[in-house]
Amino acid sequence: MSEILAQLTGVSRTYQKGKERVEVLHNLDLEVPAGDFIAIMGPSGSGKTTLLNLMGGLDRPTSGAVQVGDAVLSSMSNSQLSHWRSTNVGFIFQFYNLLPVLSAQKNVELPLLLTNFNAKERARRAGIALDIVGLGDRAKHYPRELSGGQEQRVAIARAIVSDPTLLLCDEPTGDLDRETAVEILTLLQTLNREHGKTIIMVTHDAQAAEFANRTMICDKGTLEHQEAA
Amino acid sequence: MKYFGLIWKNVWRKKVRTSLTILSVFVAFLLFALLSAIGYAFKGGQDAASAERLITIDKVSLINPLPMAYKNRIASTPGVNGVTHATWFGGYYQDPRVQFPQFPVDPFEYMSLYPELNLAEEQLDAWAKNRTGAVIGQEIAEQYGIGVGDRIPIQATIWTKADGGRTWEFDVEGIFSTDDPRGSTAFLLFHYDYFDEARAFGKGSVGWYIIGVEPGQDAAQLAKAVDIQFANSPNETKTSTEQAFAASFAKQFGNIAMIVTLILGAVFFTLLLVSGNTMSQSVRERISELAVLKTLGFEDRTVLGIVLSESILIMSIGGLLGLGLGWLLVQGIAQQMAAFLPGVFLSPQAMLVAVGIMIGAGIVAGIFPALKAMRLSIIEALARA
Repeated sequence: MSEILAQLTGVSRTYQKGKERVEVLHNLDLEVPAGDFIAIMGPSGSGKTTLLNLMGGLDRPTSGAVQVGDAVLSSMSNSQLSHWRSTNVGFIFQFYNLLPVLSAQKNVELPLLLTNFNAKERARRAGIALDIVGLGDRAKHYPRELSGGQEQRVAIARAIVSDPTLLLCDEPTGDLDRETAVEILTLLQTLNREHGKTIIMVTHDAQAAEFANRTMICDKGTLEHQEAA
Repeated sequence: MKYFGLIWKNVWRKKVRTSLTILSVFVAFLLFALLSAIGYAFKGGQDAASAERLITIDKVSLINPLPMAYKNRIASTPGVNGVTHATWFGGYYQDPRVQFPQFPVDPFEYMSLYPELNLAEEQLDAWAKNRTGAVIGQEIAEQYGIGVGDRIPIQATIWTKADGGRTWEFDVEGIFSTDDPRGSTAFLLFHYDYFDEARAFGKGSVGWYIIGVEPGQDAAQLAKAVDIQFANSPNETKTSTEQAFAASFAKQFGNIAMIVTLILGAVFFTLLLVSGNTMSQSVRERISELAVLKTLGFEDRTVLGIVLSESILIMSIGGLLGLGLGWLLVQGIAQQMAAFLPGVFLSPQAMLVAVGIMIGAGIVAGIFPALKAMRLSIIEALARA
C-alpha cells in the first residue's frame, strides 16, 4: 500500500450561494495509497461528498490540485474528465441510480458502451461483474424487480465492470437495513482485499466505517482527524 | 448503433405517451402523403406537359370552339413543326359516375405530336382504318377491364348525334401507355372525322389546336405569330405553351399548392409542439439518469446525441408508418380517381421530402431538451435527485 493512487494538495472548493460565498473545503491535503479502503465520516455539509466529487473528476477545485494516478484532474477539460471517469473510477450512490428501463445486465453494460467492445464481449464482461456481486441469476431482472440490496449490488457491478482502480461510494448503505448493509460492506471489503480496488466511502454510519482500513473525519472543510480503523 | 438499445428503451419508457405522440406524427405524415399526391395531380399535369408544344384556344374561353379552317393557316406559320387538334367530348361510360376524358382527334397527327404515348404501330394502323375505332389509356383499360376488340358505349353529355342519339359506340383498337410516371393515360381517343360527321351541331370546329414547335424556334415568338394571324377575327386566339396551359387549367380549381402547403404547415407546426413537449417531459423526468450517464463517462455531446436520436426515432417511426399507409392509400385513390383526377401520385421526391421533414422535425422538437441534457450539471442533478 505504499504507492500513492490519489493526491489532493491544498485543495479548496468554494461555492457561490446567492450573494454568499461558501467555502466547503479549505486547503485540504490528502494522500490515498493504492489498495486502501478509507471511510470518510462527518456531519452533513462538512464537504464529504464534495471531496468525493473532486476525486471522481465530477467537480474541480477552486484552488489546489487533484491528481489520481497520472491524471491531474484539476487541469483536465470536461471531455477529458469524461473519458478518464469511464476507465478509471467507479461510482456507487446511496440510491443506486440504476436506469429503470434497463435490465440488470444492461445497466451493468452501460459503461462498456463507451469502449470498443462488441455486444457479445460487453455481455460477457457484464455477466462476470454480476457473478462477482452474486447476482448472475438476476441478469434479466429490471430494477423494480429487485430488492434494495440487490439494486445496490447491480450498481456495484456497474461500478467495477470497466475494471477501474478507484471506487467512490457515497453513502452506499444509507438506504439499506442493517443486515443488507453488512452484505454490501462485506462485498466492498472483498473487492478491496481480493480485487485490489482502492475504495473511498463516505458514510454517516460508524459501523459501516469499521469495514474500512481507516476512517477520516471531515469537518468544516478540513480533514481534521484521522485514526486507525 | 451501440446506443440504439438505450435509445429504444428510453423512447418507450412511457408507452402511452410515446404511442400518442407517434400517432400524431403518423396522422401528420399520412396527411402529407395524401395531400402531396393530390397536389401532384394538379401540378403533375404541368410537369408532364411539354414546353415544346403550344396550345391554341379561343381568346375568350376554352369552351368556345375554333374553326377547322385555322389548321392550315397555323401549319403554314414559320416555326411550326406539325399541328393537330382535339375537342372535349365529355361523355361517360356505363354510369354517369364513371367519367374519363374522351377526345376526338386525328390519329396519326395526334400520336406524332405526343411521342411520349406508346401505342403499337399495328394498333395505330387498325385505329386509323376503323372510323368507329378508338384507343384507350392503360389506366382506363386496367380500371374498367376493357381490352382490345371490345366495343364500348360512351354516353354523350354535350355532343348528341345528328339522329338525336346520345350513345356513341367505339371499337377499342389499341391501348396506349406512357413511360413518364407523371403522365396520365386515363383518357380515350377516337376519330375526329367520325365525330364531326355524326354530331348534331358544331360541325367544322375543334376545341383547341396543338402545335409542335420546330427545334430552335422561340416558343413565345411563335405563339405571338400564331395569335396575330387571327387578331380582329370572330375567333381570336390565345396561344401558350402546353405547360402554361396546364397551369392555367389547374388554377381554375384554386391555388392547390398553396392550400396544401398551408394545411401541412399547420399540421407540422402542431406536431412540433406535441413532440417537443413529449421530449421536454421525457428529459425532465430523468435528470438524475442523465447525470448518472455523465458520471459513468458519457460525454456531453453523446448525451445530446442520445436525446436528439430519441426525438428523431419517434418522428421516424410515426412518419414512416404514416408515409407507408399513405403510399398504399394513394395507390387505391389513384385508381379510383383516375378518371376525375388523373396523375394522383406519391412521387419519390415527395417521399424524400417527407424523410427530410422527419429528421428536421425530430431535431427541432428535440434540440432544446437535448441541449438541456447536454448542459446538465452532474453535481446539481445528483444533489436534486
